[in-house]
Amino acid sequence: MDTLAWLLLALPLLSAATIHLGLKKLQNVSALVSTAVAGAILLITIFLISSETTDVSFSWATLPDIEIEIGLKLDSFAKNMMLVVTGVGFLVHLFSLAYMKDDSAKARYFGALSLFMFSMTGIVLASNFMMMFVFWELVGLSSYLLIGHWYEKESAADAAKKAFLTNRIGDFGFMIGILMLWGIAGGTSAALTFDGISEFFVGKPEYSPFFLGTAVLLIFMGAMGKSAQAPLHVWLPDAMEGPTPVSALIHAATMVAAGVFMMARLYLSIGTETIEALWGVNTIPWIGGITSLLAALMATQQDDIKKILAYSTLSQLGYMVMAVGLLDPNAGMFHLFTHAWFKALLFLGSGAVIYACHHEQNIWKMGDLKSKMPITTVTFFIGTLALCGFPLTAGFFSKEGILEAALHKNMALFVIAAFVACLTTFYMFRLFFIAFLGKNRSEKAGHAKEVGVLMLIPLIALTVMALFSGWNPIGANLSPLHNEFHFHFGPALIASLLSFAIGAFFAWKLYFNAEKDPLADNKIAKIFRNKFYIDEFYAKLVTYLQDAVAAVIHFIDELVIGGLLVGGFSRAAGGIGRIFTRMQSGNLQAYASLFGLGVIIVIYLTVFVS
Amino acid sequence: MASLNDYLFVSGLLFAIGLGGVMIRRNIIVIFMCLELMLAAANITLVAFSRLHISANGLPDYDGQVLVFFIITVAAAEVAVGLAIIVALYRARQTIDVEDLTSMRG
Amino acid sequence: MEIYIFYFFSLLAVVGGVMLVSFRNPVSSALSMVLSFVGMAGLFIGLNAYFVGIIQILVYAGAIMVLFIFIIMLLDLNDETKIRYKSSTVIAGVIIPLMLVIQVLGVIQMGPEDDSFTPITKEVLAAAAESEELAGQDKIREILTHPTSPQLPDTNLIGMTIFRDFNFPLQVMGILLLVATIGVVVLSKRSSKSSKS
Repeated sequence: MDTLAWLLLALPLLSAATIHLGLKKLQNVSALVSTAVAGAILLITIFLISSETTDVSFSWATLPDIEIEIGLKLDSFAKNMMLVVTGVGFLVHLFSLAYMKDDSAKARYFGALSLFMFSMTGIVLASNFMMMFVFWELVGLSSYLLIGHWYEKESAADAAKKAFLTNRIGDFGFMIGILMLWGIAGGTSAALTFDGISEFFVGKPEYSPFFLGTAVLLIFMGAMGKSAQAPLHVWLPDAMEGPTPVSALIHAATMVAAGVFMMARLYLSIGTETIEALWGVNTIPWIGGITSLLAALMATQQDDIKKILAYSTLSQLGYMVMAVGLLDPNAGMFHLFTHAWFKALLFLGSGAVIYACHHEQNIWKMGDLKSKMPITTVTFFIGTLALCGFPLTAGFFSKEGILEAALHKNMALFVIAAFVACLTTFYMFRLFFIAFLGKNRSEKAGHAKEVGVLMLIPLIALTVMALFSGWNPIGANLSPLHNEFHFHFGPALIASLLSFAIGAFFAWKLYFNAEKDPLADNKIAKIFRNKFYIDEFYAKLVTYLQDAVAAVIHFIDELVIGGLLVGGFSRAAGGIGRIFTRMQSGNLQAYASLFGLGVIIVIYLTVFVS
Repeated sequence: MASLNDYLFVSGLLFAIGLGGVMIRRNIIVIFMCLELMLAAANITLVAFSRLHISANGLPDYDGQVLVFFIITVAAAEVAVGLAIIVALYRARQTIDVEDLTSMRG
Repeated sequence: MEIYIFYFFSLLAVVGGVMLVSFRNPVSSALSMVLSFVGMAGLFIGLNAYFVGIIQILVYAGAIMVLFIFIIMLLDLNDETKIRYKSSTVIAGVIIPLMLVIQVLGVIQMGPEDDSFTPITKEVLAAAAESEELAGQDKIREILTHPTSPQLPDTNLIGMTIFRDFNFPLQVMGILLLVATIGVVVLSKRSSKSSKS
């Protein structure tokens, strides 16, 4: 049993190492190795879920007072999350076999994909914060490698850098938060592990709400970076430069969800009652709410199919963070669970569309795809319904949970959440009407045809999960935190149904059979289209800060180092030299005088002083 | 009879006068002569001490006077060579004023 | 009585030195230097150093100063009447020797209380004749124990000291004189060559 659990970590690592070290030239072999490993760990996960497991660990680093361990915490929370990771991962591997068939660097791609599986497994199964941080960084690295897979394209290389740097900013706060939390919980070896933390807080200990609140907020900074909350959200839309299966796996289903997962872990360890009384934790749901609102507004005016889905992911992540922040980690994790399936479905569907239209991504250049790619259209439509929370799809149940949580805890956030649900429906139906219905608007779309079996299987599998993963027996047991859905006729239900109806209506009115975007010239719409100019603001800020720091350093360099130290020494040496030069006048009598003076001084010192 | 201290004082005085001459005068030859004066003043000290110290046989210890003999010899050789140099200098620079001989400046 | 002789000759020497420093005419300076040397020779004689005194007159006043006067005449120097001395030089030239004199006085003070010379009497001379150092020196002992006027044979004694104890430095001195002679000849030759070119 123990070895089986360690295999979950070891197999992807072995796959990545082998591909990187040996199989670079054998592209197809690497692809198959990677996919086989993904399938293997899916089977192992299913096996582990159905059996009792205990935590395993071994000691990694022993310092004088502390022992840092590498361990796998195999509670149902982690195991069910592993199901999401390995399930979506395996399906994405299958899809990539077909999507990346003609790519020249397949081996590198699959190597990075295996590395990502390894790192994500590490985060999910981590038993202590230190291990989670290490794998957190590894996941960032894998994301960098995969976003920049086509690194010859400058925009892709820039996007990879942007993602890594934005993540790093979040990780800075994350590290400080971890250390603070560890210190508060006692600073011992045990206090580093999640079990140790929960034991500490169960015993009603002494702590300062201010410091613990600050620690939680700093740890949340890490989640802000990884899960792309405002203001660190700018990397996720640019990350769409990577191949579409990567977007499906990393930037929709798993990596970006790691932030939410980590916050849920934290809340479970510390305990929701303790968190409630802390200073400053109210900002967390508000950040989630604002992110989801901003992202939804920005999504309404985007023209690239992947960008629309990216902003939609941002918006849904905002939902999850809001739910966790409102002290309902169950609802947040349930939405994470369902979102992984239908968002992966939507991304893979868009991947199929892009592949069929020969890498055309602008929705205004597509159209009438339903007649050329019927199966893809149906799966994509079901995914759209799930995302919009159409009754009885998976998304409906999870969104209900979040709206309920908001209703009971914070009315303002409830209103925002309902409005965002309306906007979600609006832009998703806009996408569907323009891309799949209507007449085709370009030649490339005209030549589209249905994709092969290898791409269709993952789409269909995900469709099944998107439809049924919310239902009680499946969703309740397989969701990372048990979440039984109880049918509750109340304001939340009415709000979600109404928002769906309103959003769909406006989308139909504006975009059904539209030739071009009717809102394109609207001033407010322009702001949405330009992403609220946040990227430009950041660029200016970074330039300004860099110039300021450079000016200070320049000043220090010129004046202090150049003028004072270096220049000062040279001037002093020159001055002393000039003094001595004056003594060498070439005048014999001056020399004689100095000689006489020296004699007198010597006589004085030797005879009269001693 | 005068005591040792008197002779030493005279010697010191003559030496100081010679030193002053070296520092003040600008004619090289006069400077050279003052230099010789300094040497001679040292001779007085040597002879005085030679007279002071009595050797084993009751007579003054003549080592000091032998040294004076050598000093006189060396002074003679030095003057000869020094004056030859001064003549060569005069032939090259047409001046014997020390103030004008500053090519060692800097 | 002897002390007055001492004062006279020392005054002679000092006055000669001062005149040497102050006269403008180089020939006057040279002649006052001769005067100074004569005074010094008198001091030597007063110290029973007859040989050194005579040598001083012969070599210093006789040879060296004559050489000086030769060169002054050769270079045909004029008086230094037009020269203005810089006050800084003069002040330094007065103060530093003054300080030197003061220091010499200080050193002299630190010497032993009793610093008088032991007089050389007949008994001392007679005792010296009996000493073992002068065992084989018949001539010296003869002078020392002369019945009517025993004297201090300091020339003989100096000769004995030089050729016995300081023989090697004497030979070196000879070589030194040889080198000096050659040097002077070479220097003169070079300057004559340069004047021709």
